[in-house]
Amino acid sequence: MKKRNRVSSLAALAAAALLAIAGCSGSGGKEAQEGSGGIGAGTADTPRLRVAMITHAAPGDTFWDLVRKGAEAAAAKDNVELLYSADPEAGQQANLVQNAIDQKVDGIALTLAKPDAMTGVVRKAEAAGIPVVGFNSGLDDWKGMGLLQYFGQDEAIAGKQFAERLNELGAKRAICVNMEQGHVALEARCGGLRDNFDGKSETLYVNGQDMPAVQSTIQAKLQQDPDIEYVVTLGAPFALAAVQSVADAGSSAKVATFDTNKDLVKAIKDGDVQFAVDQQPYLQGYLAVDSIWLYRHNGNFSGGGEQPVLTGPAFITKDNIDSIAEFAENGTR
Amino acid sequence: MTQAVQPAPAPAPPEPGHAQAGRRSVGKRFFGRPEVGSLMGAVAVFVMFFVIAEPFRHAASLSTVLYASSTIGIVTVGVALLMIGGEFDLSAGVAVTTSALTAAMFAFEFTTNVWVGIVVALALSLGIGMFNGYVLIRTRLPSFLVMLSTFLMLQGLNLAVTKLVSGGVATDSIADMDGFDSARAVFASALTIGAVSVKVTVFWWLAFVAIATWVLLRTKVGNWIFAVGGQADSARAVGVPVKRTKIGLFMTVGFTAWFAGMHKLFAFNTVQSGEGVGQELIFIAAAVIGGCLLTGGYGSAVGAAIGAFIFGMTGQGIVYAGWNPDWFMFFIGATLLAATLLNLWVRNRAARR
Repeated sequence: MKKRNRVSSLAALAAAALLAIAGCSGSGGKEAQEGSGGIGAGTADTPRLRVAMITHAAPGDTFWDLVRKGAEAAAAKDNVELLYSADPEAGQQANLVQNAIDQKVDGIALTLAKPDAMTGVVRKAEAAGIPVVGFNSGLDDWKGMGLLQYFGQDEAIAGKQFAERLNELGAKRAICVNMEQGHVALEARCGGLRDNFDGKSETLYVNGQDMPAVQSTIQAKLQQDPDIEYVVTLGAPFALAAVQSVADAGSSAKVATFDTNKDLVKAIKDGDVQFAVDQQPYLQGYLAVDSIWLYRHNGNFSGGGEQPVLTGPAFITKDNIDSIAEFAENGTR
Repeated sequence: MTQAVQPAPAPAPPEPGHAQAGRRSVGKRFFGRPEVGSLMGAVAVFVMFFVIAEPFRHAASLSTVLYASSTIGIVTVGVALLMIGGEFDLSAGVAVTTSALTAAMFAFEFTTNVWVGIVVALALSLGIGMFNGYVLIRTRLPSFLVMLSTFLMLQGLNLAVTKLVSGGVATDSIADMDGFDSARAVFASALTIGAVSVKVTVFWWLAFVAIATWVLLRTKVGNWIFAVGGQADSARAVGVPVKRTKIGLFMTVGFTAWFAGMHKLFAFNTVQSGEGVGQELIFIAAAVIGGCLLTGGYGSAVGAAIGAFIFGMTGQGIVYAGWNPDWFMFFIGATLLAATLLNLWVRNRAARR
């Protein structure tokens, strides 16, 4: 009895506290956001298809959310039922592909972050007559594995172009902030940057699960080496943390990043982040699903099984930010 | 519950209450404290980086180290109290994210003053703590199992609810909303002391440690905590409210997770729903390094703070020292092991005196 009283009095207390300060915000919030819709279009009258998209995305990553939104937009247009699943662990991802084969889907779009782990299930899908499309990761392997086509960015080219941009800006010293030690694509970016950068570039590993730790580690690095001119991050949320590190360390370093999200677009606009290399995740997801629809209904495929379709790298700077800002606000860029 | 009734393996010295103070020598009392071993470890780590890394010696660097320690240390206060009380919480890491997500989404979706979101998040965090404690006590399942379930459920909820409510996997920025500036001043501002800017979380951390220490050593509740962690059945027999104490401890963890979540939110304006996984082990590790026993009944809040400080120093010190970053995780692990061994050695010597 006593416990029950305590619970209800606690709830009452919380409610009272809420009522006491239930002031509304005059700025920002949902009310300010309302009125902005997503991308919408008609629906194809072709028979319904089932397409599985299987990625190596970590849960809650803003980048992968854009991929998924692109895939969903294509699915809605093409009268496709999209089965989206993801697991960062290669063996688990292979199980998810097997799961899709068991469901006899009409097509599979998958990422090849760890190509060797996917070889077996890709062969099974082919044996079952299911077309497989690669995207995002696996530029070097999709052809050899017999995938139909590939949509993505060449990470080494992206790293190289990033380095060339830094060279043009006359930078001599940079750090590459990696939030996941041992991740192949991320290491490739830092590697491409290091190999083509005229100055000196060092990798800094941070704990991507803990933003205050990311911020303080970058800050420590800036204090340790005051000559750093550019902080290069490999994901948009980390660029925003780096901006704070630079400010708190009293450093004059500038921040640039791979990949974008809504808040990053704002940061570029405000000049907090110098530029971002965009591989257009929305486009990757959209094309992967749409291409299966085209293949199923019209036998089309891109690149003749030889050449990939490159979705990046595109540079986003203060000069061209306005052209994508409105889409970013909708959460689709 | 099961851990609580097992006898502690180490010869846990009795809580040095005021009654015994006169009978023991000053030296013995000093070395008998749970935090002394970790203090030695902290001094060793500090001296090591002070010698090796030139940038580590600047006051600004110490401020960075203290900030990194404080974001770990605030939750560690709650986790350490809970461990002294004989239970542990695997969900604390993701609970931080849950709290931040709740405050951000509530304020944003209903376009309220952000302080409303903050209060809602506090209520939810305390509620989660109460739920944890209640389920544990009602079911009498091992706390590992209950906490693992809560950890996984919260991890899923963080993602699913965020996606459901905001349509994305990160919350919308609340930086332009009413009340943001005052909330930021409370949870994520910086104070300038001399020429050095120190984050406000450092002072909150020290305050929480002081309060927890006072509760543990000077109040009836503190005695209850030690009692339920050491011998729950005996404690119940002499009239200690075991259930209420344990539920209260879980709610304390909820409170500290809420505070850390609010810091995260107001320092970075948005929160990613996937964050926080793995942090729970860092909190527990910091408490253990600080002298808390995994079996309960022994430990201190000051020790837990020193444990968090060792974590903060090691993580940042390696960067200041400019060691090869490929070895980063190895160095953290090795330093922690060395600090813990030193801790154990000091404690064993203290027991022998």
